[in-house]
Order: sequence, then C-alpha cells, then structure tokens
Amino acid sequence: MPERASASPRVNDFSVKFATVNGSGSTSANSLVMKAIFRMGVPVVSKNYFPSNIQGLPTWYEIRVTRDGWRARAGSVDIMVAMNAETYSSDVREVCAGGCLIYDSTWPSNTLLARDDIKTFGVPFAQLCNENFEGARARTLMKNIMYAGALAALIDLDLEVIRTLLAETFAKKPALVESNMKAIEIGYRYAKEKFACPLATRIERMNATAGHIMIDGNTAAALGCLYAGATVGAWYPITPSTSLMDAFRSLCARHRVDPKTGKNDYVIVQAEDELAAIGIVIGASWNGVRAFTPTSGPGISLMEEFLGLAYYAEVPAVIFDVQRVGPSTGMPTRTQQCDLLACAYASHGDTRHVMLFPDSPEECFQMAVKAFDLAERLQTPVFVLLDLDIGMNDWMAPDFKWDDSYQPDRGKMLSDEQVAGLSKFHRYLDPDGDGIPYRTLPGVSPKAAYFTRGSGHNRFGVYTEDSAEYQDVMDRLTRKFATAARLVPPAIVESRGASAGIVSLGSCDAPVREALAILRRSGTAIDYLRVRGFPFGAEVEEFLATHQAIFVVEQNRDAQLRSLLTLETAVDKKKLRSILHYNGLPMPAVCIVDGINSAMATGVAA
Amino acid sequence: MSFISKPKVANPSLPSNELGLNRRDYEGSMSTLCAGCGHDSVTAAIVQAAYELALPPQSVVKLSGIGCSSKTTAYFVAGAHGFNAVHGRMPSIATGANAANRNLRYIGVSGDGDSLSIGVGQLAHVIRRNLDMVYILENNGVYGLTKGQFSASADIGTKSKKGEANEQEPIDPVLLALALGASFVARSFSGDKEQLVPLIKAGLSHSGFAIIDVLSPCVTFNDHEGSTKSYAYVREHSEAPVAADYVAPQREISVSYAPGELLPVTMHDGSSVLLRKLDPDYDPTDRAQAAAYVQERAMRNEYVTGLIYVDQKRRDFHARANTTDAALNSVPFERLCPGAAKLPRILASFR
Ligand SMILES: Cc1ncc(C[n+]2csc(CCOP(=O)(O)OP(=O)(O)O)c2C)c(N)n1
Ligand code: SF4
Ligand SMILES: [Mg+2]
Repeated sequence: MPERASASPRVNDFSVKFATVNGSGSTSANSLVMKAIFRMGVPVVSKNYFPSNIQGLPTWYEIRVTRDGWRARAGSVDIMVAMNAETYSSDVREVCAGGCLIYDSTWPSNTLLARDDIKTFGVPFAQLCNENFEGARARTLMKNIMYAGALAALIDLDLEVIRTLLAETFAKKPALVESNMKAIEIGYRYAKEKFACPLATRIERMNATAGHIMIDGNTAAALGCLYAGATVGAWYPITPSTSLMDAFRSLCARHRVDPKTGKNDYVIVQAEDELAAIGIVIGASWNGVRAFTPTSGPGISLMEEFLGLAYYAEVPAVIFDVQRVGPSTGMPTRTQQCDLLACAYASHGDTRHVMLFPDSPEECFQMAVKAFDLAERLQTPVFVLLDLDIGMNDWMAPDFKWDDSYQPDRGKMLSDEQVAGLSKFHRYLDPDGDGIPYRTLPGVSPKAAYFTRGSGHNRFGVYTEDSAEYQDVMDRLTRKFATAARLVPPAIVESRGASAGIVSLGSCDAPVREALAILRRSGTAIDYLRVRGFPFGAEVEEFLATHQAIFVVEQNRDAQLRSLLTLETAVDKKKLRSILHYNGLPMPAVCIVDGINSAMATGVAA
Repeated sequence: MSFISKPKVANPSLPSNELGLNRRDYEGSMSTLCAGCGHDSVTAAIVQAAYELALPPQSVVKLSGIGCSSKTTAYFVAGAHGFNAVHGRMPSIATGANAANRNLRYIGVSGDGDSLSIGVGQLAHVIRRNLDMVYILENNGVYGLTKGQFSASADIGTKSKKGEANEQEPIDPVLLALALGASFVARSFSGDKEQLVPLIKAGLSHSGFAIIDVLSPCVTFNDHEGSTKSYAYVREHSEAPVAADYVAPQREISVSYAPGELLPVTMHDGSSVLLRKLDPDYDPTDRAQAAAYVQERAMRNEYVTGLIYVDQKRRDFHARANTTDAALNSVPFERLCPGAAKLPRILASFR
C-alpha cells in the first residue's frame, strides 16, 4: 500500500480537469496530456465524462496525477482548463481554493472575477488560432491542441515527449505532426512569456510507470477474448460496451487472419438486437466454439428468456455486461454497478448465474479468459460485470502476462474417440457427482446425438412432464451451482483482525483502498474483502461471520451486493451497513471515508 | 413420461441408400401430434429427403422454435443433434451454430406463429444474412399449441373454429422472403409429397438461405369450412408455375422435355434442380416477376407453390464474413491464441 510521500504535496499530486465541447477534437488533446505525464514516469488516473450525444454538448476529462499510484478519481480539481463558455461558471466554481484556472481570454468574461481565491491564466486561444491557422475546422481543432501547449508550460511537461507522442499518433500523416506541434508551441510560448512557469503544482519526472500500460477495460477484455481463443462474437451496439467489440474486431483483423488463405479464423455478427445476439452466442457455444457478447443493462433485460434456456439446457455463454446508469435508458454514458441482481437471477423460473467482477483492466483481461473456462467447465452462462468506468476509461495497469502453457478448459466435452467408445450417450447424467454432465458436439457420430430443449427434460435429455424426473434435474443444477462456488476466482481478503470490515467489488476497489489508507492514518483499522465471483465462496461466508460490523460499498441505489449477501450467505442482515454511491460518476475515496467516519461517530462500528 | 420411443425393428426387406441406411434410420421418436396433423406429413417428407440424399445422420443439425410444428425436429433423423430454441428465436441459434461449424446441414422447422409473429424479426434478419440452411415453415394459419388463436398468416375473412372472422392483413412468408432478398423461396403443401420432397432436397443443396413455406393443416383447430388453410381449401387453391425435380450430383439429366420448358439450375454441391415450366411465361430467377406473380394469384385466392425463386449466385453468410473453410470449432487453439511472444508488441501500443 503506497503511503503519501512527504515532499511538496503539489508536485506530481494534483488533478487537472478539461471542460470542452464534444466533437471538437478535445479528446486527442486531453489524452495527449495524459500520455505525456505517463511517459514522464508519473502515475495517472484518467476519467472521461461525456454526454450521450455526438457533437456540441459539454464534456469533461479529468487527469489525476498521483505519484503514490492511487487509482480512484480525485474528487476535487486543482487546475481547470475551462474551454466551454456554456459550463464556464460551474467549472470555475469547481476549482478548489488555491487552484488555477486556464481560460480563453480572447473575449473577456465577467464570471472570471467571481473568485479571488484561485489563480487565473488567460490565453487568447481563439485569437492565436485565427492568426496562425486557416479554416474554421482547423481553428477549432488547433485551439484544443493549443491549450495542451499552454498547460505543458504551466505544469512543466517535456515538449520532446509530446512531439514523440504526436509522431506516433500521426505516423501515417507527418503533416499533422507539424501542424499540431506548431499549435502546441504557440500555446507553450505564450504561457512561458506571460506567466511564471512552471507552477508549484507541476510534473517532475519519476520512474513509476515502467512496466505499465494505459488501457481501458473493454480493450483488455477483448484481448482476453482473443487470447482465450474465442471465435464467435455477436452483439448489438450499446454504450458503454461497443468499444469491446470494436477492439475485438481490430485485434482479430491483425491476429486471426490466415496469412496463406487470407481467410478469417473468427466470425463477428452484428445482430438485429440483443435477443439475437445472445441466441447466436448460445448456438455457437452449443456447437463447440467459444462465443461471447458484450452488452449493457438494456441488453441484459432483453436477453433474459434465452439466458434461462442456456441455464436449464446447460449451454455455455459468456456475457460482458459493461454496466451503465439505469433504470431504463438511464444515463448511457455514466457509470454504475446496477445490474448485479438482474444478472444473478436473470430469467424466469429458478435460475442462478455465475458472475465475475473485475476491478481493473488487468482483471478484465484475466477474467475474460476465466469466463470462457468457467462457462465451458460449468456449461452455463457466465457474466463478466464491468462498468463504464472500468470499461471506457484508461487505467494504468501493470503489463499483462500470458502463460503459454495455458490450455483452454473445454470442460466435459467428449472427444471423437470417447464418443467412438460409447455404447450409449445420455446428456444429463452426473457420473462425477459435481453436478456437471457430459456433452457432445454435432457432426461426430449418430451415437452422440441428443436433443437440447428448454422444456422439461429428464437426466437422459428426454422430454418429460414427470415431477420426479423434473426435480431430479433441478436438484442436480443446485449441486452444479455449489461446484461453481469452488471454481470462481476467490475473494481477495485483507484481514488484520479488525472487528469491522468492508465488503466491496469491481471498480470500488480503487476508492476503497485509498479510503483504507486514509482511515489507517487517522487510527481506524478496517479489514477488507473484495468479492471477485458469484456464487460466493466459503471465504466470503467466513469473513462475514468473523466481523462485527460490515460496510458494503457499492455503486447503486438499492444496495444490490448487500441484497445478494443476505440472500446467498448466512450473514445477519443487521451487521451489513451500506455505503452507496450512485450519481453516475466514479466513486471517490472521500465518500467511503465520510461514510465510515460518520458510522463510527454514531457508534455503529467500533 | 410423455415421450414415446419408437421400437427399432430391423427390416432387411427395406431398400437402403448409398450409406447402407434405410428410410427408418432417418426417423426420430414417435410423434405426439394429433392424428392427421399436416406437420407429421412434413416430417415424413424430411425423412424421405434425407434418406434419398443419403445424408450421414450426424451431418445434420435440427433446429426449431416452440409450437406443435417446432416439436417435430424430435421426430426425424434421430442420429442428428437437435435444438429446440425459445419461441420465435430459432434463427439466432441457427446463426450461431452455423458460425461455429459451416460444414453441417442445418434444417430449421418453425410454425407460422413462431416465424411470423413473435419471430418475424429473427426470420427477417436470418434471410438478410443468407445463412446456409433450410427453413421449413409449417404454416397452418393458427397457433396450434396454444389452442387455435389466429396467426399472422390467417387470411382476411378466414373464420376461426368458433366462427369469428379475421380482419387483419396476413403476412405471406413467400412475399416476405422475396422482399427481403431470400435466395431460395418455395411453397408446398404437406399433402403433396411429390412436390415437397424434391423441394427439401433442393433446399438442402442450395448454398444460402432456403425457405419453404409448407401449408400444413391443423386438423384440430383450422381444418373447417371457412378456413383458407384446410386440407380441402389448399388442395383446391394451389397452383405451381414450375415443377422442380432434384438430380443428384453424379447423375445425368436424362429426362427429355421440349426446349424452353426446361431450366436446369446447378446447385452449389454439384447437384441440379430441373425446373419444368408449367406456365411458359414464368421465370423463377426473376425476383420482381416472382413477387408480382405470387401477389396476383393471392388476390385470386390461389396459393402459388413449387420453387418460386432461386438465386444461386448470392454470397452466403460465411462468404461475406470471409470465414476460413474449416469448421471454426475445429481450428486448433494454437492457431487462435497469439501467445506470449506477441503480447509485448500488442501492449506497446498502450504506452
Ligand atoms: C415467449 C412465449 N410466449 C408464448 C408462448 C406460448 N406459445 C407456445 S407455441 C405458440 C404458438 C405456436 O404457433 P405456431 O408457431 O404457428 O405453431 P403450431 O403450433 O401452429 O405448429 C405460443 C404462442 C411461448 N412458448 N413463449
Ligand atoms: S393442434 Fe393442430 S398443429 Fe397442433 S398437433 Fe394438433 S393438428 Fe397439429
Ligand atoms: Mg401454426
């Protein structure tokens, strides 16, 4: 656990927020700044707050510079780059006391005078662009690149690093390197001439990002699908999951085309809706490939009937649910962990599903692979629950590792030789006592044939309306679910014998860890368990039993993780106290610190 | 247990096909449908077609939705894997299955409720994908399994058993398929085995989506006077502009007809379908004409049957996806996984 260093607190420890208009090219300027800091060896956290819209609405991008390597959102703004007149006044208000404001001073604005506790740096971006560039589009784009230049002077970014980044980005269009660099230099020189650069709040080279990458969870999950050997992907576009399939497609274009024939070792189907997308995944998995679909809450709602079929007929399927704010269409570009219950019990009848909860892109990569292994081992749908924050924001992650000795776990799938040796095949027997039956693939032998159905069937795979036969299969499925609890990734437990504990999951891990360190500094010791899979393993039950007070930290209104814990473990409901964050922005550590401190103050936990 | 297994009695007197299998080897479990149900005759035609084509049973995949019609996949080719999907969603299961292994024969069976109401979206899009499969729509104008409600194929004015008349426009699956660009469109009647069996064989040989709308009366809920899907009505009101004979790949085309009457269509697997024109002006390769013809006859209360439209040149799902020739489920993992050696290069783009 990195502790806060005692050096000057503003060096390599602050946050910058960019307020711009979407569709104006600000994304590339913002990520250029983020990447430059990262390349200078300083850890960063980046958060993009964008509208559900293509052009013309306010958008923000936040870079937290964190020499201690925290991964959560900062929760406060030290430097605001206010480029959007529409949100200007609220942007100015958001800067913390002693912070800075960079703005376009081409047109003087009264609201500037609204605060005297922050430093303001006016740069006539529009005017400089008009003097130096031709054409309306170029002027808008260059204005955004130019603020990166002014900021670079103020926080002391290395221009050579920026030049290298531009050269890499525009490797195929060298002219763009020059025009972008020109804009950067204009902004840079202006700031150098007019202001005392650099500020106390600035970047100093470190060596804390070597062996790391900046990657979003959707791309990482797609890479996991590639490495796991998934060959069929079906989807219907929906924010924030779309970039997962986009990434899979471009990875496949590079790594899955047979150089000899030019043909593809994969199929991606853009289905007509999510009902079809999950149907395609089920059909493909049933026929022996690894198949997946990325989606979000509304898609999960549509998939429910098919998910029940896959559960009951025991067909593997991998579903990435990149959660966004619900209910209904909700706020498509904001983050939440609001589909836990919808996924756990998706579909009518008695159904329960396996879920995995990655906390970071690194785990997205690993758990994507794990999801296919589990889906095939358990012959059931497996949900990987990301959220928009993990899925779409760039996170600093240690370089992913791959072990070439990995072999996919295809589960109890009879080989051609095993089929040849059969006298008769029955689909739903439980010869191993773990609740998992054997399956066969079409195309091998008439002896292996069986009938897959969602209607009542007995252990031989034959249609039934007989009570005992029906119940026999349902009871075996319960045994299978118990097996699943032993196979999902175990919870991460950090116990130091405290009487209070936090239970959390997914992207809450970043703020929870930071909050734990803050609390520890003020003398409050709290244990921590992060669930990584559902059904819950024995370690979850034990943690719940051995702690007097438990804070369940999650990002939804209705305390869905807490509900799952009360439904699926023996925990006394009264021990569980919720700390909830559900406004659609990623959770900052302060929210947890405050929640726990106020509970402690009222004597809820000791 | 409502499942009835059929005793297999070896009968050496039955003729066998090139694989040494006889007709009964292509049967499935005993039907539980009403005696006289049209769907059972369609099942028999599928059995006959599979037997005559000498399909290895394991090379067939049977798919269906939900309904009396959809139950029938259990009643043919017992040696094939079968998949009863959920109501109206068989096309997506078929798409996934076919994506995973392009080298099997996919036979889908559905009903008019399954295909034209709850499943019309999936039907439309599987047509657009030109997925290589035969899609047999057992069309009886009602929801048999839920006891006789009108389906979307019920004609205007047709009367239910209780006497109410349907006023809604019907969806004609043939016109729908033509409009959406299906590459093989046929219609037949469960009671006309001579016509139906060659159509199923031709559909199985077609590379791409082959839909066969089979008028298949429901004796229990829609075989009365006033129904346009009864045995009597269909028999009276069907007309075929072309007759289709299936010719296996190695066989010679030996039948002789007057020139101009005969239109051999070579199928993807080397077989051919011989189209005999019964109406000299009809051209089954002209989509616009086919649609106009069907529509015009429909206004005269006539069902156009036979092979209504065929286009062998349309690229199928896998051709468009540029999929490898091997079944995807047979591609070895080593070829799919880039391995540790390639990972640093991939990660380098994220620094
Ligand atoms: C989601 C859903 N809704 C309703 C049903 C009930 N249902 C079962 S079969 C059927 C209609 C079947 O009609 P059709 O496809 O024409 O088949 P037929 O029985 O006439 O052969 C309906 C409505 C269902 N199984 N699933
Ligand atoms: S109800 Fe109609 S469709 Fe169903 S089995 Fe009976 S006759 Fe056939
Ligand atoms: Mg029907």
